Amino acid sequence: MASTTQLAVPPVAPATRRQPAPRRGKGPGRRPNLIGSLGAWIWLAVIILPVYYVIITSLKDQAGFFTTNPMMPPTEPTLDNYKLVLEKDFAKYFANSLIVTVGSVIPALLVSFMAAYAIVRGSGWFITSTSKLFLLGLAIPLHATIIPIYWMITRAHMYDTLLALILPSIAFAIPISVLILSNFMRDVPNELFESMRLDGCSDWTMMWRLALPLMRPAVVTVGIYNALHVWNGFLFPLILTQSPSTRVLPLSLWTFQDEFTANIPAVLASVVLATLPLLVLYVMARRQLLSGLTAGFSK
Amino acid sequence: MASITTTSRRTLSRQSLSKGPSGWLVAPALVFFLVFAVIPLAGVLFLSFTSWDGLGEIRLDGVGSWASVLTDPVTGNALLVTAKIIVYSFVVQAPISLLLGVFTSGAQKYRAALAVLYFVPLLLSSAAVAIAFKALLDPNFGMGPGLGIPALAQDWLGNSDLVLFVVVFVIAWQFVPFHTLIYQGGVRQIPASLYEAAQIDGAGRIKQFFHVTLPQLKYTMITSSTLMVVGSLAYFDLVFVLTAGGPGYSTRLLPLHMYLTGFKANDMGAASALGVILVVIGLVLALFLQRLGGRNRSASQLEGA
Repeated sequence: MASTTQLAVPPVAPATRRQPAPRRGKGPGRRPNLIGSLGAWIWLAVIILPVYYVIITSLKDQAGFFTTNPMMPPTEPTLDNYKLVLEKDFAKYFANSLIVTVGSVIPALLVSFMAAYAIVRGSGWFITSTSKLFLLGLAIPLHATIIPIYWMITRAHMYDTLLALILPSIAFAIPISVLILSNFMRDVPNELFESMRLDGCSDWTMMWRLALPLMRPAVVTVGIYNALHVWNGFLFPLILTQSPSTRVLPLSLWTFQDEFTANIPAVLASVVLATLPLLVLYVMARRQLLSGLTAGFSK
Repeated sequence: MASITTTSRRTLSRQSLSKGPSGWLVAPALVFFLVFAVIPLAGVLFLSFTSWDGLGEIRLDGVGSWASVLTDPVTGNALLVTAKIIVYSFVVQAPISLLLGVFTSGAQKYRAALAVLYFVPLLLSSAAVAIAFKALLDPNFGMGPGLGIPALAQDWLGNSDLVLFVVVFVIAWQFVPFHTLIYQGGVRQIPASLYEAAQIDGAGRIKQFFHVTLPQLKYTMITSSTLMVVGSLAYFDLVFVLTAGGPGYSTRLLPLHMYLTGFKANDMGAASALGVILVVIGLVLALFLQRLGGRNRSASQLEGA
């Protein structure tokens, strides 16, 4: 939106042109923002303390958990809890989560991208009303529909399969994906489409050859965002699966809780193990994810 | 399949001369959304007029489920708990997210680094967050005795006066990072020229915040608030694992009440009626928040830029 507005405005002196980030607080003679910094560091502590507690506790043995100070790291760190969790079919649950996540995110991206392309570049009542329907989908707590979904899945004989988790996850990812992708699609300059059209390219070609490569960062952002949701999803697995062979990670955390009862360090080790893949993904793609999400939601 | 593709491509090339892409491109997304969201929405309304135990036959039951849901005091309590959670978590999350968003949007390198760390709670599943906080809040082996602060060594999750605030805190811990990102993006969209003009007029940091940043963030606030409020109606997994609605009914909020009625008490009719109530509340709140923003968003957002 911002860029289209700017194109319409006649060029002005560089000093008043918009800049990518307003450089506030950096001008000469400005006091540092002490109160702001203090608050920011306090929030950091609020965020980090529980994470720290989970990690150090997962490295304690059971005796150590009951005897050492809860906020102190273990005197003799051990990986036994991790071994215990890995022996409890963790790999199976991990694989299930991976299948469900990849199986939902890729189709969701594909159909959302096509829809976003049509919504931004196209017109007509059909496209407009579909776009409105998706926006409405953002305003509705879709989880209220779990009972009919349960009914549909059991009637289709898909209960307790991974496909039962994949299909509704795709549908629930569509409204937000279409919204963010359309926001980015609007920033692709119209001139590029026009010149390709003069070369005789169809919309189908332009969508894959022009829009998709230009929007790769946005597609990756939306993909990771959806992957977070599906990977961490709890409600669908809870109502649509039952047996250990279809168990996904968040549900396995919940069942470990009962299995390990008093063995808190082992439960927390399973928390760490279930989060590790996302942490790795985040460390690799953090810059793109953060800038993509900040831009995608604020347009 | 092949014939559909050729037709749609032909339509595409014909339309491309004037109108842009064919409507067929929205069809796959629309089909998924219709089958797994719109039809279930109609289904939840239909099922609310039936009686069904989740396994056997679905029998039409008129307003039987509605009568039992509306006269059950637990429903009223669930609505009250939900309303409290929505209001409290909004009051806690909105200002923190706004201030952190404004702060992390600054150009300083360390602020960007902070933003990276702030995101970490979003990587954890709600089940993981709930399990972590259950351990952390343990009065004997958690943070309270660890830090040696007796006030923190309470039976947080067993005390029905405190537990709601604990839930609100844990929700904030998990979701403030997301809204911080939204505000951070919003602030970055504010034209630098507005700040320069304010500075020339001699406005200090606080004046700039109230006279430039806040008014310019109006639409960001509406986006964030809508997601926050509608999101509050979906806090299921976190509360389910953290407290299971207890102690007693003190944290049994509407989505959880719906789940327990349907899948634990096997009364799918009543659970569907609760689902309908949930949808109506969500829609009313979202429309109300959008109305606050007024129409014609894009036009006014960049006024005077």
